[in-house]
Amino acid sequence: MAGTTQAPPFQFRGSFLLAARQFPRNRAATLGAVFLLLICLGAIFAPLIAPYDPIQIKLAMKLKPPSLEHLMGTDHFGRDIFSRMLYGGRTSLSVGLLVVGFAFALGVPLGLASGYFGGSVDNLLMRLVDAFLTFPPLLLAVALVGLLGPDIQNVMIALGLVQAPILARMVRGSTLAVREEVYVTAARALGATPTRIVLSHLLRNMISPIVVQLTVVFSAAVVAEASLSFLGFGTQPPNPSWGRDMSEARRFLNDAPWMFLSPTLMIALCVLSINFMGDGLRDALDPRSWRARRRVAGED
Amino acid sequence: MSALLQVEDLRVHFKAPGGLVKAVDGLTFSVERGQTLGLVGESGCGKSTTGYAILQLIRPTAGKVLYDGSDLCTKSPREMRRLRRKLQLIFQDAHASLNPRLPVGDLVGEALDIHSLYTGRARRGRIAELLDMVGLASHLAERYPHELSGGQAQRVAICRALAVEPELIVCDEPVSALDVSIQAQIVNLLQDLQEQLKLTYIFISHDLSIVRHMSDRVAVMYLGKIAEMATKEAIYAAPAHPYTKALMSAVPVPDPDLEAQRRRTILVGDLPNPADPPSGCRFRTRCPIAIPACAGVDPPRHALALDHWAHCIRLSETIGGSS
Amino acid sequence: MALLSVRNLRTRFATDRGTVRAVDGVSFDLAEGEILGLVGESGSGKSVTALSVMRLVPEPPGRIAADSLAFDGTEILALSEAEMREKRGASMAMIFQDPMRSLNPVLTIGRQLTEVLHRHQKIDGAAARKRAIELLEMVGIPMAEKRLAAYPHQFSGGMRQRVMIAIALSCNPRLLIADEATTALDVTIQAQIVELVKQLTHERGTSVIWISHDLGVVAGLCDRVNVMYAGRVVETSPIRDLFKHPRHGYTLGLMGSTPRVDGMQHRLTPIEGLPPNLTEPQTLCPFLPRCRVSVEACRQRPPEARSFGPDHTAVCLADLGT
Repeated sequence: MAGTTQAPPFQFRGSFLLAARQFPRNRAATLGAVFLLLICLGAIFAPLIAPYDPIQIKLAMKLKPPSLEHLMGTDHFGRDIFSRMLYGGRTSLSVGLLVVGFAFALGVPLGLASGYFGGSVDNLLMRLVDAFLTFPPLLLAVALVGLLGPDIQNVMIALGLVQAPILARMVRGSTLAVREEVYVTAARALGATPTRIVLSHLLRNMISPIVVQLTVVFSAAVVAEASLSFLGFGTQPPNPSWGRDMSEARRFLNDAPWMFLSPTLMIALCVLSINFMGDGLRDALDPRSWRARRRVAGED
Repeated sequence: MSALLQVEDLRVHFKAPGGLVKAVDGLTFSVERGQTLGLVGESGCGKSTTGYAILQLIRPTAGKVLYDGSDLCTKSPREMRRLRRKLQLIFQDAHASLNPRLPVGDLVGEALDIHSLYTGRARRGRIAELLDMVGLASHLAERYPHELSGGQAQRVAICRALAVEPELIVCDEPVSALDVSIQAQIVNLLQDLQEQLKLTYIFISHDLSIVRHMSDRVAVMYLGKIAEMATKEAIYAAPAHPYTKALMSAVPVPDPDLEAQRRRTILVGDLPNPADPPSGCRFRTRCPIAIPACAGVDPPRHALALDHWAHCIRLSETIGGSS
Repeated sequence: MALLSVRNLRTRFATDRGTVRAVDGVSFDLAEGEILGLVGESGSGKSVTALSVMRLVPEPPGRIAADSLAFDGTEILALSEAEMREKRGASMAMIFQDPMRSLNPVLTIGRQLTEVLHRHQKIDGAAARKRAIELLEMVGIPMAEKRLAAYPHQFSGGMRQRVMIAIALSCNPRLLIADEATTALDVTIQAQIVELVKQLTHERGTSVIWISHDLGVVAGLCDRVNVMYAGRVVETSPIRDLFKHPRHGYTLGLMGSTPRVDGMQHRLTPIEGLPPNLTEPQTLCPFLPRCRVSVEACRQRPPEARSFGPDHTAVCLADLGT
């Protein structure tokens, strides 16, 4: 019977392609994306690319500066730093991705529900969020990891739980704003169900700030994992981790500065790339920069 | 011909920091099928709120909105969603009413999808047909709203409203934001569509010239109430309510000789605070013929002719006591 | 001598889509005490013309050029920015469409008034306050003294516009430019404001450039009108003559698409199509694609200015009859 079921609301199609076309215009963003891609590839293909076993101890080779055999030098156990960086990337990136996923899955519906329904739902959810936000994020993560055990999975859960409320707040704000837009009223006037309004109108128009926020979450997660590992809570030795390696390199700063520089640089470049990408994404996702393909020259 | 829409004692009250704002306070009127009712007034009179309240986009505080006999105010949200096929709305800011992330084709298509009309293969053809109906070339289906001019955007909005095959369309200041030449295009389009598709319009505007052009009957609003209502001819030729008279005399006419000769009734002062309107007749603080009695009573309806009435206690005396 | 003399004003903007010729060769004179209407729709260049006269166009991306732009005998374009600042507010003033945005929301009305008085007339303290109250009373704001301490958001739209007028006229400028000053106001308020402007400028002999798209307001207020399209003046005429004998296709089109409250308009004849792209130079008449009265010659050569009586010129090749 007409009117009881509605055709699927969510069709991305054209807009993705248009956004994708816009992205390359921002050079910093493209550079960031390329670098990130390289790190990802390095992490994925680490077993194939890494010249040495990252945890193989070779005391004879310890603290050697960068050379053709060891591109980034060796650490205090004679382990090849380059290989360690590649494998360490696996940890950092997977933590980043999983935390993003977790924050998204938890934070977005929370924020949407809060913003869309308002009233007591909003009050309840936001008080919960406020409770979480009163704690400094890193301390909260440390506390959670301390509670659950210093395992990499627990680090991801902890960081996700810490980032989700921040995301929820942001999504709530966006929802409140978009909800008042005329085109949402227009959709209601057409008879759209709340589901359609949320998916096709609210979410679609919040994609941009959400995606940008997720890039921030990603880089925050990478840094947080590094910090936790630095403090001894995340990746346990001898597994490679950028943060952990930074921590261990402190003692050798004078003798072998490359040992500290490599992981630091990796983290820094990773975060920078993600941030630049975020900028590019924000611009690309702005519909005002989209242009439909013109079939005939000069038509209007 | 029974009325398609019958509004009875419609009230919309908002709680605001300054007090209770009675944006719409006891409106009663009807609209015949196939006709256009012009709802005219200045800012703060409640005309837009009335339009939204009729469509239940704002839930009325009290009153009845009888559409084809059944009261919309009592419908559940689900029932209302189905009924929305028959009652559509066109907004003042056309660009704002279009989701900036959807191309024209999807904007119109969404209307079809919501009510499961023309699914599958027929969908594209129908969209092209609809675009043609509003004078838009089919290649515009791929454009995004920001690539459209104001007039084109409004056409898309009209197209979308037509897609669900409505009977009544509330037009909320649809041309106010457009250039004069584009206004004329859209006004003509609306009139053509009305004839072709036997549509009924409630045309909300502050522009008396356009309302005169579009409407069959006109209701003049002031601070949430109807001051006067009549057929177009009657209200423009012989306005009775002092506010209507002032309004008519304030509208400039593109005719220098006429303008030079006109005696204007210039209203003194500003609109009163809607949260704290004057007692009795709300217009009395700016009315050139107000008397002390005006403060005491909310003026009842006074019929001047078969389809012409106004709310002013002074009318009964000037016409020698006829009811 | 004309108070304002504009010869071949050209204002361009550099955009990433090309150079926009917002004002493309505009010439006109404005006499003392005259009210000149600048009529046109969006993109016609009327606002940019006014901003160019006041040199309020940001340069870059804009660039103002003219053969001559003389105000009270002085070439405006030759003045330094400092000299120009002396003129603005003092001898030439402007009021805009949205008074909420041209008034500083965090300063009281009194402060904004006295600021202008201090800047240009060097009066201070009690004297400035007294003058400010006089000005508010002049524009019809009741309880003027109390209102000095009020903020813009506490006024209605009509009141704010009155305050704008008070500020604009505070230093007795020779020229007042009103850019769509009543467009955002209710019609009854519009009538009040138009009356006020008429009265005040008549009393002081101020010249006015009244920018509007509303032919009705222009008919009731202006002495002369320049009709603008695509950055050019396409017709200029004394007010009565314009409405009785429009001589340009666009003017005719505008009148045909304007509904009238006195019902003297049957079916509206809109101007079909869209305004031209201002980044492309127009060799032929810019209105040609939308014109209903074009003749063969219009497609072959650019239109010339033709005279149709005292002060009535139209840049049109068609013959629109009597």
